[in-house]
Amino acid sequence: MMVINCPFCGPRNEPEYTYGGQAHVAYPESPDQLTDDEWGQYLFYRDNPRGTHAERWRHSAGCRKWFNVIRTTHTYVISAVYPISEMRPDGSATGFATQEAGS
Amino acid sequence: MTQHQDRQPGRLERGGVIDRGQPLEFTVDGTRLTGYAGDTLASALVGEGRLRVGDSIYRGRPRGVLSAGVEEPNAFVRVNGDTDESMLPATTLELRDGLDVTLLDGIGVLDPRADTHEYDKMHVHTDVAVIGSGPAGLAAAREAAAGGARVMLFEQDFELGGSLLADPSAIVAGQSALDHVAAAAAELEAAPEVTVLTRTSVFGSYDTNYLVALEKRDESAPRRDGVSRQRVWHVTAGRVVLAVGAFERPIVFSDNDVPGVMLASAVKTYVERWAALPGRDVVVFTTNDSAYETAHSLLRAGAGVTVVDARPEDTAAGSAQEAARQAGLTVHTASAVVGIEGVDHVTGAWVARLDDDGQIAGEPHLVGGDLVAVSGGWTPNVSLHSQRQGKLAWDDALAGFVPSAPVHGQLVAGAGNGTYATDDCVTEGARAGRSAALAVGFPAPGHDGTPVVPESADVRGARQHRAAGTVRQVWAVPAPDGSLDTHFVDPHRDNTAADVLRATGAGLRSVEHVKRYTSIGTGIDQGKTSGVNTMGLLTQLLSGHDVKAIPAGQPGQDPEGTTASGQPASRPTPGEIGTTTFRAPFTPVAFTALAGRGRGVLFDAARTSPAHPWHVAHGALFEDVGQWKRPWYYPKDGEDMDAAVARECRAAREGVAFMDATTLGKIEIRGADAPEFLNRVYTNPFLKVPVGKGRYGVMCTASGMVMDDGVTLRLADDRFFMTTTTGGAANVLDWLEEWSQTEWPELDVTFTSVTEQWSTVAVVGPRSREVIAAMAPDLDVSKEGFGFMEFRETTLASGIDARICRITFSGELAFEINVPSWYGLAVWEDVAAAGAHLDITPYGTETMHVLRAEKAFPIVGQDTDGTVTPHDLGMDWIVSTKKEFIGKRSFSTSALCAPGRKQLVSVLPVDHSLRLPEGSQIVEASALGDYTGEGLPAAPIPMLGFVTSSYHSQALGRSFALALVKDGPTRVGQRLVASFRGEFVEVEVAEPVLYDKEGARRDG
Repeated sequence: MMVINCPFCGPRNEPEYTYGGQAHVAYPESPDQLTDDEWGQYLFYRDNPRGTHAERWRHSAGCRKWFNVIRTTHTYVISAVYPISEMRPDGSATGFATQEAGS
Repeated sequence: MTQHQDRQPGRLERGGVIDRGQPLEFTVDGTRLTGYAGDTLASALVGEGRLRVGDSIYRGRPRGVLSAGVEEPNAFVRVNGDTDESMLPATTLELRDGLDVTLLDGIGVLDPRADTHEYDKMHVHTDVAVIGSGPAGLAAAREAAAGGARVMLFEQDFELGGSLLADPSAIVAGQSALDHVAAAAAELEAAPEVTVLTRTSVFGSYDTNYLVALEKRDESAPRRDGVSRQRVWHVTAGRVVLAVGAFERPIVFSDNDVPGVMLASAVKTYVERWAALPGRDVVVFTTNDSAYETAHSLLRAGAGVTVVDARPEDTAAGSAQEAARQAGLTVHTASAVVGIEGVDHVTGAWVARLDDDGQIAGEPHLVGGDLVAVSGGWTPNVSLHSQRQGKLAWDDALAGFVPSAPVHGQLVAGAGNGTYATDDCVTEGARAGRSAALAVGFPAPGHDGTPVVPESADVRGARQHRAAGTVRQVWAVPAPDGSLDTHFVDPHRDNTAADVLRATGAGLRSVEHVKRYTSIGTGIDQGKTSGVNTMGLLTQLLSGHDVKAIPAGQPGQDPEGTTASGQPASRPTPGEIGTTTFRAPFTPVAFTALAGRGRGVLFDAARTSPAHPWHVAHGALFEDVGQWKRPWYYPKDGEDMDAAVARECRAAREGVAFMDATTLGKIEIRGADAPEFLNRVYTNPFLKVPVGKGRYGVMCTASGMVMDDGVTLRLADDRFFMTTTTGGAANVLDWLEEWSQTEWPELDVTFTSVTEQWSTVAVVGPRSREVIAAMAPDLDVSKEGFGFMEFRETTLASGIDARICRITFSGELAFEINVPSWYGLAVWEDVAAAGAHLDITPYGTETMHVLRAEKAFPIVGQDTDGTVTPHDLGMDWIVSTKKEFIGKRSFSTSALCAPGRKQLVSVLPVDHSLRLPEGSQIVEASALGDYTGEGLPAAPIPMLGFVTSSYHSQALGRSFALALVKDGPTRVGQRLVASFRGEFVEVEVAEPVLYDKEGARRDG
């Protein structure tokens, strides 16, 4: 059971939230300009790190707001919570997972 | 009182934490017995001179009480009552007046009668959770509470004190042990922010210090309505202090399961805590110092004692052996109990000398006695620590697995940490409590806030080893005849050393595999007494090379699994073998407790529409759609489902019928950018929908798959009313909010679920206009005055304001009356009355499905499954090619443009009376090869598709189905084969829409 610190409501138990997958994967500006492969990257490919992961959560049983979280995937320790519109506070690279797709 | 004492042959005349003024009558297998308040069932049995319990599960061997706690593997009982409860350990069952139990032979039966007790759940947050109320736990709780932190203290026993209850002569912090417990309890009770829960076992420990505990409430208190019998506590703690103690290990020797073989610490507990003497002539068989306390307790209680110590003679002044000899005891050193005399109860023990290799040296001799108290060393209770993947290390001097570092946010103190001296437990507990409170911002008064410096591992280890003395690791005592067949390792599962030998003989090496091959540790006691003994046996049976072959990575596996030289040893240590995985629950929990009040109607929330009572009164059968109870069909006298649905369909196509459409999801959408937002979400254009009109829309996922559909009304320039599928409403609201917040925050738009606020009646059929005219006299309901897909705000004849739409889901002329939910039932009844002279007929979801299928209106989730695009449904017309919307790019991907996609068509069985089962497979006739109808054709048979909807049609006078078939539209006119339940029948592929293709009926 994680306790997640909603930026709007404060710390609440995990069942109040829903997981929203990897953060900072924006809907492409001009989908028409993308190749099938690039569109497929956007749709289906995400990072799966052992370590810190920037991901979206939403306080669905509370304020219903989306926000971003940095969580360590093997300890479940959440090191940062920040607004959906902001960049990753630890400065790590963001965006969808191009490296996996190529390998 | 004297009378009661006379009737309790095993009860001492004085002492014990029992209330002799409160005798309790209880019944075991029909025999009436007496104990005292403060007894467990087991201690009362010992007081009555009864050690014998049920037989063993598989081998039917007589068994006796082994322990005095949750680790008990033998003494299981069924408590008889309104609902019988099986497999409760007598050692933890609090005695109460009138308790009626049956001794079990290692297995129970679930009582089929409903448990009528109430069970509750509690959800709490606390700053510091302390688990265990022995010397360490009490100290931790007091220290943690000193600075004002919220503290919860959990104790599974009904008394606080833990091991102190069995050690009344100990002096703790200048007080006698029991006074110390009483003072601590009073202090904690008085502290405003402290919650003390006895009878409460923390059975699960999860991430971020989330604990789950079962509280068994005092069953001797009278049962009262509204007071639950048990409560499951869900606790989130800032810091956790584990002060959970240790388990004593039995010793594996021949016939070590005969009643009268008991853990030495349990013997001491029965004598000291309950003044119950399990034997008068006792052989104490030990590998360490701790059992000498038992020997002295027995001596004080007047029993005869002989000590058999596996360790060599120790003549040092102050040694445990020397102290025993000075007290007049006979101590056989470098010796072991190698066998037991007696079958139903111990009558003596065979004692022999052991050589340095642990082999029998010399002839065994018989020592008479009625009890053998055994101590094979101690196992810190690491279950909760290990549930959190806490690391363990094998301490060879302590002969036990000890937490090597606490889990983040937790502290370990006392015997659970391998610290066995009471004073050290108090010191460690106090330090842990102080440290925990400080970490969550509640330093003790006067504390300067500097962190509590933890003791280094070396210092702690040295202190622990000094206090514990030496332990000889004896994992199996040879029998004179060489047999291992009655060397019980797990008495609950009837597993012996011979079973472990068979497992290794079969090639099993990992302790996890040995556990499953033998079933050791899989019983209710979860191997609390058998786990480390199994690992110890494996050290005798496996070589270091065997252990190297075990894959690493199991919890408890020592990553440095080699000796100092780096070479595999000839014999591994238990540390190299590792433990099995510890999982919740630590102690058993009944499903009824986990369910709490979520049983029966409270198991799952049921949503009903305002008109629900009318549906019930009119005989509707109901179908679950999501959480909604929707009328399925309304059978009249003697009608089966087919007859009722046929009648309802005819009414809708030929006269007038009505349906409760309240369950459709409804979302009100407001904002200046609402049109733009909808235009991006729906595949079809929404910018120019006029106020006063609605539009049917389909929304897709980003991958282009149909996600939901429905009609959206434009109430004003900046205000829309969206309907969704019944099951998809919450999902769609989530979807809209997600895109609004995460992708298009610049758009001015908000969403409000109004599903519960509106009630909807669909009035359907060629004569529906007459009903609406009667209901809404102010409304022009003519074909010209009220166009398709328009809506009107009006006041009904009843005075109720309504929004009436001309929408159809059947292809017939149809209206939907929307009113605030308060009026839902009244308006439904008004429709029934207004249409009575037309024989207006209520219909349910089944008829709705038939009517819409005749028109090939798909149901998202029935005719689609998340792999279907609008084009696959033949709805190219609804996909805009001009604007951008969610998922559009997917439609031009090669995967979605390639041939071979499954697409919606009708399939008509050649046999008009045959209704295909939904899910029937569609194949080519040629794919069956030379199949003659016998058995099954040769596999594989390429599948073309499957039936998604299938009904009898009154309008068509035949059966029909919708199906998703590869390249379906190109196959219209083809004959294919539908396969179901081993049958193969011919079907013809047709265009999806079968009824009123021109749409002439829509306008009445």
